Formats: sequence, C-alpha cells, structure tokens
Amino acid sequence: MVEAGPQVFIDAVQEDVDVVDCAGKCLAPGLIDMRVTTGEPGNEHLETLASACQAAAAGGVTTIVCLPNTDPVVDDVALLEFVERRAAEVGLISVHSYAAATKRTRGEEMSEIGLLHEAGALGFTDGPKAIASAMVMRRLLSYSTVFGTLVIQHPEIPELVGEGVMSEGETATRLGLAGIPAAAEVMMIERDLRLLALSGGRYHASRVTTSAAIEVIARAKADGLAVTCDTAPHYFALNEGAVTDYRTFAKVSPPLRSEADRRSVLAGLANGTIDAIASDHTPRDQDSKRLPFNQAADGVVGLETLLQVTLENVHNGALTMLQAIRALSLRPAEILGLPGGRLTKGSAGRSGDF
Amino acid sequence: MTRKHSSLRGRTLINLFFENSTRTRTSFRAWPAKRLGGDVINMSVGTSSIKKGETLIDTAMTLNAMHPDVLVVRHADSGAVHLLAEKVNCSVINAGDGTHEHPTQALLDALTIRRRLGRGLEGLTVAICGDIAHSRVARSNIHLMAIMGARVRAVAPPTLIPAGLERMGVEIHHDMERGLADVDIIMMLRLQTERMKGSFVPSIREYYRLYGLDYEKLKVAKPDALIMHPGPMNRGVEIASEVADDIDRSLIREQVEMGVAVRMACLDALVSAQVAPVGKEPVIHIRDERADDPHNLQKCPLARPGKRSRRARRGVGRGWTGGRGGSTGLHRRGPGGC
Repeated sequence: MVEAGPQVFIDAVQEDVDVVDCAGKCLAPGLIDMRVTTGEPGNEHLETLASACQAAAAGGVTTIVCLPNTDPVVDDVALLEFVERRAAEVGLISVHSYAAATKRTRGEEMSEIGLLHEAGALGFTDGPKAIASAMVMRRLLSYSTVFGTLVIQHPEIPELVGEGVMSEGETATRLGLAGIPAAAEVMMIERDLRLLALSGGRYHASRVTTSAAIEVIARAKADGLAVTCDTAPHYFALNEGAVTDYRTFAKVSPPLRSEADRRSVLAGLANGTIDAIASDHTPRDQDSKRLPFNQAADGVVGLETLLQVTLENVHNGALTMLQAIRALSLRPAEILGLPGGRLTKGSAGRSGDF
Repeated sequence: MTRKHSSLRGRTLINLFFENSTRTRTSFRAWPAKRLGGDVINMSVGTSSIKKGETLIDTAMTLNAMHPDVLVVRHADSGAVHLLAEKVNCSVINAGDGTHEHPTQALLDALTIRRRLGRGLEGLTVAICGDIAHSRVARSNIHLMAIMGARVRAVAPPTLIPAGLERMGVEIHHDMERGLADVDIIMMLRLQTERMKGSFVPSIREYYRLYGLDYEKLKVAKPDALIMHPGPMNRGVEIASEVADDIDRSLIREQVEMGVAVRMACLDALVSAQVAPVGKEPVIHIRDERADDPHNLQKCPLARPGKRSRRARRGVGRGWTGGRGGSTGLHRRGPGGC
C-alpha cells in the first residue's frame, strides 16, 4: 500500500509498470525542516553544518533551512555564501539559509534584503528574537513585496516576556519562576497581521503555540491574508508540566504551554491552520543546560526526532499520515518555494525519498 | 533550648550563601557550632570561585569532595538548591532559593505562632500581605499553613500577586480592609525592590498608604491578631514602626529567636538520620493526620514539636526525610546515594 498512490496512479496500475510491494510501508518525500539552528559559524562546539546534516539525514530530513543567528549573524551576502559553501562541502543533504531581517538582528535597520534574496536567502528573520518595532516590521513587509520573499517572525512581545522563563500560571508560581503570559504570542501576531494587511508581503509566524494565536491565524487565512505558520514537535508532544523539577532540558522559547494549548496545536495541524512542523533544532551543550532554570539556555535538538514525534501522533490517531507528511514536507516546500515535498515523475532521483 | 547538645560533634556543616542574608545565615552559622558541637565552614559568593565563573554544579562537586555532612544553601535562582542537592551526597537544607521556597522560615513561623498561642494552627486565618510575587517566604508559608489547617489569605495589589495563586488554596484580596477582616495572624512581607524589574507599584508613599500596616488598618483584624514579618523590615514601607514594635502584638523578635531553634532542630534531625548504617536508614514520615491519603506526608516533624507522631514517640528511627524535590526543600541523601 502506498499512501501517495492514489494521486500518482489515479486510474489503475498500468500494465507496464514494475509493481513494488511495499508491505504496508509508506513512501514519502524527504522531509523539509524549515527551522534549524547550527553553530556554524561561531559556535562549532554546539553544532557544525556537518553534524547538523548528519543529524538531519538520520532523521529522514533531506532539506534544512538554517537560521541566521550564528556568530557573526548572517546578514550579508558573504556570510550567506560561506554557509552555502560549507554545506556544499558536506554534501549530504540540501542546505538553505535564511538571512537576518535586520542588521545584526538588532531589530533596527533592514538588512540588504534584495542582495541576500538574490544570493539565495529563503526568507528573512531575526531568529529567536522578535522583530519588536512595529515600524521596522511594517517596512520589512512592505519592502519584501518587491522580491516576494518571506518575513518570518518569532511571535512574542519582548516587553511582556520580560524576565519570564516559562509559561505563566500555577506551575510557574509554584516553582517560583517568572512567567510569560500566553497573550504575548497572540498580541504580536495580531499586530503583525494588521501590518500585513496594511503593507502587503508574505508573513510567517514561526512556532505557533497557543490556541488564541491559532484562532487568529485561521481567521486571517480565511480573510485571504498571505500568512503561514509552523510549530515544533515539543509544542504538541509536551506541555508546561515538562519543566517541573526545574528540568532545563525542556526549557524552550517560546515556552511549553498548557495542556489545552498543546491540544489546540494538534488540532491546528490536523485542520491545516498550522502549515508546517519544523524541528526548531537548537543544539545546546551541557554547560548551558545544567544550570539553575533562570540561567539555562533555551532550546532542544529535534532533527533526529522530528519524524518520530510526529508519527507518534499519527499512530495515536491525532493526525493522519497525509496530514503529517503535508506539514513535514509539502507545505514547507510550497512556503519556501523549494522543489520537493511531493513525489512526482521527475522526483524519483531526488535523494532521501523513502 | 539553651541546653548544650553534642549531636553535631565531628560533623561538618557548610553554609553556602550565594545571596546575602543576616538572620538565616547567622542562625545556621554560630549556633550550631556552639550549641550542637559541629564545625561550620562559611562560604559566600564574594570569597568563592563563583565570582571566577565556576558553575553551580562544579561548586557542588568541589564541596562534595570535602565530605560535608550538611550543606545549607541559599541561592538567588529558584530551583538552584534542588539542582545542587542532586549532585552531592550529603544532606542539603534549602535556606531560600529565588522566589521558590524558604522552608525553614515557614517552620519557624509556625513554631512562633504555636508557642504564642499555645495551640495548633487549625482554624486560624492567616493573612500574608505584600510582595507575594517575589516572596519565597510566602510560598513556603502557604504550603505549611494550609497543611497545618489554617486558612490563608493573600493581600496585595494585583501586580504583586503571581498568576494562578488562587489555585494554591489561597483567598486573594486586593484591599487591606477586606483582607485583614477578622484575621488571627498577619504576616507582612518586604517589598523586594531588588528582585523587581520595572515598576510594580507607583511609589513607596502610595504603597504605604494602601498596603502598609498601621493601627488604622489593623482595626478590622481580630483584637488580639498577631503580627509577623520575616525581616528585614522596611519601616514606613510595609509596616509602621509602632506596630512592628508593639510587644503585645508583634512576634517579629520571637521569630528570629525561633529561627535559631528551628534551624538547630533541622540540623539535628538530618544528622541523626545519617548515623544509621547504609541501606537501613530509619526514616520517619510524619503523617498529616487530617489527610486521608496515607502517602500525603507532612514533611516537617518540627512543625508540631509538642505533638510528635506515634511512630516518633515510640522511637522508631530518628531521622526524617524531605523527599526528593519535595516542597519543603529539605533534601535527605543517604550515604553514597548521589
């Protein structure tokens, strides 16, 4: 049985085709992970492009898109080319990059969007930092329309995050940790959607984690705005309970949310409001995690487990196989304008289809 | 209490204070050595390698190699003591971690109330007033007072009430007059401006006017309502001087005295438990007699000094456990049980 079969052979299996009995296995296109942090350049002790590519290949991911928040920040063409060249040397999988939306991701001045776009940047983002200024966001959206490129937001109002290290609520209060209100996410998305309506452009909210934000995005999509979004496996596999006992290994940004939010994320994936699942792979060393919770770094690795954690929800019935593959492969390809994401006649030679 | 005791003889206690403290540190410092016969090593951030960039876990491993019997730790980050306790194989006492817990303070508060009233806390109404958001003392007291049968109110402006507090069995008030109505005990908390990032109240003047405890606001409480404060006090910020110094109503000095007693008792309880041979450690679980759940343990034997459990009275073991990561923050580790 081939899940993709009905589309490939709509009528019947033609007589002159070799029939391969896959014995219940699923043939899917290689996965596209649209949010990966590597340590190259600058933090090679955390992850090199080579190790990231190996991790991706091990997890069935054949295309990754790297965030620009390296050291130095990928905010100019030379650095973008450096990353592309290093990735080509590894050659294991296909590696693409985003570029910084603002110079040095400071949130003040636009980076050279036109030149970077020409050099192959798939989108513009300040990585784990929100583009906080409404004026900067407005100009980014507006200017990016010239190139039809994507502006990717980390949707959180920094002032509301403040000193917060986990989701606000009873658990945070019991642990004595400063909380981040869930509203910080939806407020930023609502603001950006207004700007999108005003300025045009293509807007992508990266890692949507709350019911309120999913509702707002569903409405904006219904209104015809050019908005897409993704989430990461930890937001549908875990809830805020994972950080009790100060487990810093589950400290991520945005923080793990309530159980109700976790269910909403799964529902959003099932109904297509959330377009994609990105691993938000963020390698950390023990030194930055084995610390008091307040001091520990955000982030978890995810390239190797992206597929497994998603498939868990296929097996338990929360998602269908096609919904999962759509979010892991087809939609990321469409959003980023990449080939792949589907099994077509010409794609047979592409690496990693399995 | 002044009786000399030798239960700490030959034992090493390390006071590890990553944050300033006067009361807690002193009561863990001089007294145990003097009265319980132990050796005390005091370490503070200024003199340790922490300033040189050593991580908490490295500090823990270094101290662990000195084979102390008890570590007393205060740290500015919630959960830091918990983290440290996982890495050492001696007893660890939480002397306050961030805005999480300060268990010995809650124990001494309960003891102070018991001694003054000559009875348990059942049925009392306790109002905790002030900067609850930044207070570890408030959290520990909310747990302990509720376990001991008191009703707990939190009285503070909404900006100083942490989210979800009502789910911890606390009645919340934003108005002193309503919050203090008919209460038996008033616990004032210090406005912890050093932990505040940004403005939580407009001004000290306004805060004192609305939330500072003076005789006028005290009128609505029970006529014999008692006043407590974990210190250090900011006179004229959260409490009027004449209220703080009222010998009939204020328990503030007694709290400091009980602090020494409670901390000595904690040390005694922990080291006594360590004497037992490996694998046969006596552990007393003092049960909360009101709770139906047999696993719902009241983790603080010191909270009821006059009324020890039956097992304790029979002399079954002499140690007690705080449970791994338990809310009392008192971590017992068996020898080698890292």
